[in-house]
Amino acid sequence: MDLNTVLTITAARHRDDLALLGPQVAPLAGGSDLFGDPQTHLTGLVDLQTLGWPALTLTETLTESLTADAGTTAVPGLSIAATCTIAELSRLPAAPGWAAHPLFFQCATALYGSFKIWNVATVGGNLCASLPAGPMTSLAAALDAEVLIWRRDGSDERMPASAFVTGNTTNVLGPGDVLRSIEVPASSLAARTAYRKISLSPLGRSGAVLIGRLDRDRRFVLTVTAGTVRPVQLRYSSLPDAGTLARDVAGIDCWFTDAHGAADWRRAVSGVLGEEIRTELEPTALDATEHPTGDL
Amino acid sequence: MRLQINGEPIDASPAPGQCLRSFIRDQEHFEVKKGCDTGDCGACSVLVDGTPVHSCIYPAFRAEGTQVTTVAGIGLPGDLAPIQQRFVDAAGFQCGFCTAGMIVTASTLTETDLDDLPRLLKGNLCRCTGYRSIADAIRGTHTPQDGSAGSDACRTGMGPVVTTSPRTSPRTAPRTTPRPGTVGTSLAAPASERVVSGQEPYTLDVEVPGLLHLSVLQSTQAHARIRSMKTDLAAALPGVHSVLTHADSPATLYSTARHEDRLDDPDDTLVFDSVVRFRGQRVAAVVADTLAIAEAACRLIEIDYEPLPAVFDPHDALRPGAPLVHGDKDAAASRLADPSRNLVAELHGEYGDVAAGLAEATHVVTGSWQTQRVAHTHLETHATIGWLEPGAENGTGTGAETGERLILRTSSQVPFLVHREICRLFDLDPARLRVFTARVGGGFGGKQEILTEDVVALAVLKTGRPVQYEFSRSDEFTLSPARHPMQIQVTLGADDAGRLTALKLGVLADTGAYGNHAPGVMFHGSSESVSLYRVPNKRVDAQSVYTNNLPSGAFRGYGLGQVIFGVESALDELARTVGQNPFDLRRLNSVGPTDPLVVTHEEGPDLIFGSYGLDQCLDLAQAALARGNDAPVPPGAHWTVGEGMATAMIATTPPRGHYAQASVTLDTAAVGRTGARYTVRVGTAEFGNGTTTVHAQLAATALNTTPDRITILQSDTDAIGYDTGAFGSAGVVIAGKAVLAAANDLADTLRQAATERHGEIPADSWTLEPDGLRSAETFVTLAELAEASVLRGVGAEDGARRSVAFNVHAFRVAVNTQTGEVRILQSIQAADAGVVMNPEQCRGQIEGGVAQAIGTALYEEVILDGAGTVTTSVLRNYHIPLLADLPVTEVYFAQTSDVLGPFGAKSMSESPYNPVAPALANAVRDAIGIRPTELPMSRDRIWRLLHPAGQSSSPAAPTTEPDQS
Repeated sequence: MDLNTVLTITAARHRDDLALLGPQVAPLAGGSDLFGDPQTHLTGLVDLQTLGWPALTLTETLTESLTADAGTTAVPGLSIAATCTIAELSRLPAAPGWAAHPLFFQCATALYGSFKIWNVATVGGNLCASLPAGPMTSLAAALDAEVLIWRRDGSDERMPASAFVTGNTTNVLGPGDVLRSIEVPASSLAARTAYRKISLSPLGRSGAVLIGRLDRDRRFVLTVTAGTVRPVQLRYSSLPDAGTLARDVAGIDCWFTDAHGAADWRRAVSGVLGEEIRTELEPTALDATEHPTGDL
Repeated sequence: MRLQINGEPIDASPAPGQCLRSFIRDQEHFEVKKGCDTGDCGACSVLVDGTPVHSCIYPAFRAEGTQVTTVAGIGLPGDLAPIQQRFVDAAGFQCGFCTAGMIVTASTLTETDLDDLPRLLKGNLCRCTGYRSIADAIRGTHTPQDGSAGSDACRTGMGPVVTTSPRTSPRTAPRTTPRPGTVGTSLAAPASERVVSGQEPYTLDVEVPGLLHLSVLQSTQAHARIRSMKTDLAAALPGVHSVLTHADSPATLYSTARHEDRLDDPDDTLVFDSVVRFRGQRVAAVVADTLAIAEAACRLIEIDYEPLPAVFDPHDALRPGAPLVHGDKDAAASRLADPSRNLVAELHGEYGDVAAGLAEATHVVTGSWQTQRVAHTHLETHATIGWLEPGAENGTGTGAETGERLILRTSSQVPFLVHREICRLFDLDPARLRVFTARVGGGFGGKQEILTEDVVALAVLKTGRPVQYEFSRSDEFTLSPARHPMQIQVTLGADDAGRLTALKLGVLADTGAYGNHAPGVMFHGSSESVSLYRVPNKRVDAQSVYTNNLPSGAFRGYGLGQVIFGVESALDELARTVGQNPFDLRRLNSVGPTDPLVVTHEEGPDLIFGSYGLDQCLDLAQAALARGNDAPVPPGAHWTVGEGMATAMIATTPPRGHYAQASVTLDTAAVGRTGARYTVRVGTAEFGNGTTTVHAQLAATALNTTPDRITILQSDTDAIGYDTGAFGSAGVVIAGKAVLAAANDLADTLRQAATERHGEIPADSWTLEPDGLRSAETFVTLAELAEASVLRGVGAEDGARRSVAFNVHAFRVAVNTQTGEVRILQSIQAADAGVVMNPEQCRGQIEGGVAQAIGTALYEEVILDGAGTVTTSVLRNYHIPLLADLPVTEVYFAQTSDVLGPFGAKSMSESPYNPVAPALANAVRDAIGIRPTELPMSRDRIWRLLHPAGQSSSPAAPTTEPDQS
C-alpha cells in the first residue's frame, strides 16, 4: 500500500548513511513487510539494497569425513546478507557436504507469502519482522547461525540467531541498529536435518515449525518456532528417547494463541511433529543423503 | 523516473512512499487491481523485468528503468495469449477481479511447475470459482463434472450434463443438440476477452478529472457518546475541501440494508451519528485533493468520547439491565421488536403441538450449535465515485432540468434500491440522481448495503466536486457487515421407524450494532430449513439482538446456512439414534411435491413446487458416495475415515415481490453493417453470478440468433427499467424471465412488422433467423424492418410466484486424530437447478458456493477480542480458501424442469453453499465419534474435541458444548 507519510527515501551507499535511521525513519529492504501494513509513524526510509551487499557468500570450511570410506570433503559455511532475497536463498545450489541444504527451500515454503513475495522479501527482513511464524528465523535458529548486527554507535555485535527474536514482533535491535548478515556455520550445514510445519490449513501461516538437526558429532537440537513467541531450542548430547523429547516439548512455556492456532493445540502438535523428527533422524536411517521431508 | 509499461515509455514521478500498484494505476493502467493492498491476494500481480511481484508491496521508485508487464501486456481482446484464451475456454473466472493477477502469475509457470501448482498459486486468491476451473485453465485440461481425471486440451463441448435417470416431469426445453450459445450450452461470459486482458472496467477503473478522495475516521470506542469533536486543524490542512461529521449528517434514519420493501429493515442508522455503537464505526470523513491529505487530516481530528456501557454477547444483551445499544430509538418508528431489550426482531410460532410430538416420540435428539462471523471477502472492496452533471438530460428527454444531477458509480448489487434510498436520505427528486454500476467484483450479499454511497453523496453535494471513497481491505473486516453469528438449538422427536414427530428450533442471532438484514436473515434462516421436513408438530423461537459488535448483514444463503448447520446435524444424530442411513432418513421425512410447506404455518400460496428434484439429488449423491473415488486414505492408525451428508432447500426468489423490467431493441444503426444486432436492457447487476451470460443466451434463443449479436446494457437507473437487484438468487429466474419476455415480445413485433410488409403471410408463420424472417420462399431482412420503425420488445417479472430448489452434499473425509486435520477425500454435490441454462457456468456457481462453504466450515472466522475489536483485520489473518485447500467437487444435476423459471430453469447461486458445513460436520462426526458443534471446524477445535483434557489450559475454549441425548 502507499505509505503516504513517507516523504523521503535515501539510498544508502555506506554505513554512515544509516545514521539517518530512527523512530520515524526505517530501513527498507524488500518492502513486503513495510508496504504490507500502515506505517503512519514513518516519515522516511533508508534503502539498504543500494549498499550492494553480496547476497550469499561461502565462508570458512570444515574438513569433514563424511563416510567411513570416502575420504574427506571440505564443507563451506555460508554468510547470508540481510538483504538477500528469499528467492535467492531458495535457489542456492548445495555446496559439498551440505546435508542441511534442503532446509533452505523448505523454510522458504513455510513463508506465508507466495513465491512472488520470495522475489522481494529478504532473509533479514523476515528476521526483523520477528513474527513467530517467520521462517527465516526458524532457519537461522535451527542452524545455530550467528547474526551480525551493526549497532547505531558503529560497533559490530554477533549473537546467536536464536536470541535475536525476543517475542511476538520484538527483537534485540534498537533504533538505528541494522541487521547486517546471518552467518551459518559449516558444522550445521553438514548436519542432517528434518523439517516439519503445520498450520490450520494445508499451506496457511505456520502454527508450528519444528526443525531437528543431528550434528556429525551426534548432538541433537530441536528448534521450535511459530507456535512459540520466540524460538525455543532443546539440546541433547545425542538423540533423546521419545519420552524425554515429548516431556521437554510439553515443558516449553511460551506457546501463544492467535488466528493461526490455539496455544494448547500448538503445544500438542509440536509434540507430534517433534516425535516425527526424532524418528526420522534415528540412527537406523544413517544414509545422510536421503531423508524424507515435507509438510505434515 | 522512466520506465516502460507494456513497452510504452513512461516518465512520471511516484511519491516517495508510493507502491507500484497505485503508480501504475495513476498511469491509467486500470488492469492492475487492488484486492488487499497487503501482498496477500495477488490481484495486483505484474512482472518487473519478467519477475512476478505483488505490485502493492513493491516500492514504486524501484521500478525505475524497468519493463513492467501487466495482464494487458500479455494479450488484448482479439489477440489473446494462449493462457488468456484458456481462461476464457475453461470459464476460469466469475467476477473476474482476481483474473488479471491470476493470469500474470500463470504466465510465468512452466510445464514442470504444474505439479507444484497449489504452492505457486497460494498468493492468488479467488473468492468465486473454487479454483477447479482456474487449475483447468492453467493446465489446459478439462476436468469432467464427475471429478475424474481431466482430459488434455478438451476445449470443445465443455462439460455435458451428467446423465441420470429422470424420475419426475420430463424437460420441456429441447434436449437435442442446441444451437451454439442458446440455452443449455456452455457459452462463455460475454465479457470474457476483456476480463482476461484487464480491459473490463470495474467500479474505480475510470479516470475522473478533478477527483477528490474521501477518508473516514473510525471510532475507537465500542459504545460512546461524542461529547465534542475538534476538526479545525483537519479543516485547515492544505488540500482539505471538507470535514464531515454528525453536524453535517441528514437527520433521517435509514438502514444500510436494502430490500424491495424498505420497511423490511429497521431505520436505526445515520450517515454520521453522535453516538457510536461499535469499534470501527464511521465518525467523520475528510474530503481532500489526495487520499494522503485526507488520511493526514483524519489523524488531526480530536474526539472527546463519553464512554457508555457496552454489551458483546447476545445472551447478555437480552438480560434485564443490559446496556441498550439503541435504547434511544422509537420501536414503532424504527420498526424494532423491543429496543429496551436490544431485540431487533423475533419469531415465536407453533404448528401442531410440539410437546405432544415429543411425548409420543421413541427417539429424541437435542443439541446446540454455534456459527461464527464470516467475511464476504469479495475481491473488489466497496467503493463509490460520485460527481455532479448538468441537469439538461433527465433521462426522459422531455426538456431542461434546472439544477445539477448527482451521479453515483458504485460497487453494488442493488443500484435501483440505492437510488431510492439516497433520494429519500437527501430529499432528492428521483430524476436528479443516477446510480449505476460497472462490472462488480464480487458481492455474496455484502453489496446489498449502502456503505459508501451515502457518504459520497453527502461529500459531493457539500463540495460540488467529484469524490471517490474506496474501502481498504481492513475496512471490509472492521466496517462492513459480516455473516450473522447464530446459536441454533434443535430438538427432534421421531417414532420407531425414524419418522419425525416433532421439530423444535431455537435461534439467537447476533446482529451487532445495527439491524441491517436482522429481521430478514432471522426469518429466512428459520424458513426453508424447517419447511423442508414433513413434521406434524413444529415450533420456532428465533431472536435477533443488538450488541456492540461489528454489524451483521446479508451473506450468501441469508441465514439458511447457519440454521441448516444445526438442523442437518441434528438429523444426522437422529439417523444414528434410529439406526438408519441418513439418506433414507431424508427420504422418509422430506416434503414431497404434494406436501404443504410449513414453518410455523402453511407457507404460500406464492411458494410452490414448480419442480421437484430432491429425490434425484439424494440418489445422485448417495450413488456417488457409494461409488467412491480413488483418493487414498493417508497412512497411519491416527487417520480415521467418515462419511456424511446434508440437504438444503431454498426458495428460488425472495418473498413479497422482486421486480425486473427488461427491453430488447433491434439496433437500427448496426443492422446494415455487421448483421442484425440486438440490445438488451436489464437492471440487474453482474457481479460474477453470470446472469449476463444467461441473459444473452435467453435472448439469443428467443430471437434465434447468436449471443455475439447481443449487447447487454445493465444496472443503470438512467438507461434501463427498474430491477429490485441482484440478490436472493434472482438473476436468472426474475431478471432472466423479464429478458426472455422482452425478447419474445420483440420476436412477435418483428413477425407483425414482417406481415405488415407482406400482408398475405400471417404473422405466426414467420420464422426468425439471425438476419431476417422467413416464411416459405419469402425472406424479409431485419435491415428492412429497422428502417421503418423502432422495434422494441418489453418484458417484466414480479416474482409473485416462487419455486424451490434443492442441493444435497456428501463428503468422505479422513481426520488426523493427533492434529485435528480434516482431509476431504471426496466431495459431492447434487443440485436441482431445473433445466440448466449454462452447464459449465452453473457448475462454476456450485463449485464456488462449495468452496466458500468449505472456507466457512474449516477455516474462516472474523475474530473479535470480546470487547468489540476485530483482530482479523487483514487477509493474512483471515484465511479464505486457496487452491491448495479445496478438493475437486463432483457436481451432478437433477433433471427437472420448473414451471416458473425461464425454459424451466431455477436459481443456483446461494443454495450450493448451504448444505456443505453440516455435511462436513456429519462426516467428521462419523470419523471421530464426536460431533463438532461449532464452526469453523478448525484443526485446533477438532483436536480439542478429541483431547478434552487440553481444554483446561486453553485460552480459546469453545463457548458451546455438545448437548446430545
